[in-house]
Amino acid sequence: MMKQLEKQDLLALISGIVFGVGLGLSQMIDRQRVLGFLDLAGVWDPTLLFVLAGAVAFTVVAFRFVLRRKVPLLGDKFYVPSRSDIDIKLVLGAAMFGVGWGLSGYCPGPGIAALALGSWNPVLFVLALVAGMFAFQRYEAGQ
Amino acid sequence: MADFNLTTALLGGLLIGLSSTLLLLFNGRIAGISGIVGGAISFGRDSRWRWIFIAGLLLGGWLYEGVISHGSGLVSAPQSTPISEFAPVSMILGGLLVGFGTRLGNGCTSGHGVCGLGRLSFRSLVAVLTFLATGFITVFVTRHLLS
Repeated sequence: MMKQLEKQDLLALISGIVFGVGLGLSQMIDRQRVLGFLDLAGVWDPTLLFVLAGAVAFTVVAFRFVLRRKVPLLGDKFYVPSRSDIDIKLVLGAAMFGVGWGLSGYCPGPGIAALALGSWNPVLFVLALVAGMFAFQRYEAGQ
Repeated sequence: MADFNLTTALLGGLLIGLSSTLLLLFNGRIAGISGIVGGAISFGRDSRWRWIFIAGLLLGGWLYEGVISHGSGLVSAPQSTPISEFAPVSMILGGLLVGFGTRLGNGCTSGHGVCGLGRLSFRSLVAVLTFLATGFITVFVTRHLLS
């Protein structure tokens, strides 16, 4: 019999694979598609809108049922954010993310899944992404 | 408007929603990629499942690009991903901003977008509208004002 922790690991692996295939199939690992969506004044590419719509349509319905449970199937609690306040960190962080997204055409998920393409762009992006996160850790530790 | 494939866009989106639902239903975790990467590289007690998820994400990308996109019959019009022009400055500057910004703002397109909107979180809606706005502005500046 598998232990609870091993089952959770297996689920994380399956979830990651499904996520990666979804990003590939929806062409979100193609940075030109993402930049095309963000280019409202150019030849606009609606792909990302339908990807987000498909994903959110699924989670809006499914999460309602999932979060009615007291505990997840393989764990003892739901790790769901409970904050509802709007602070400057949220807005400033999201604004910075949007600028980086518009420059690179990658957000974290597609950047990582695109490593499978064997191109240098996602490699540089992911290295810089990790460096940016380490920089934030240092900034937070110094606060 | 650009040519696009509505079927694979929606189907891919549904898979992303399914993945997020599986992780929440079984493990009680939010599939926010920036949070998962941030937790993984801090190497704390809870970092193991995050590394495994990231490995799966890579494996999924490879599975699409190496197998499914070559016409496995799973989709009507599979397409392999074009390699875009090498853009080191955009990658490094963009990656740094995405890394710092997603940690400061507690999420990215998956955590705030797919999962946060799925939970009808107002915080996530504000974050999504903010990063969409600055994304639109950034591309307008780089593609239409500077070039």
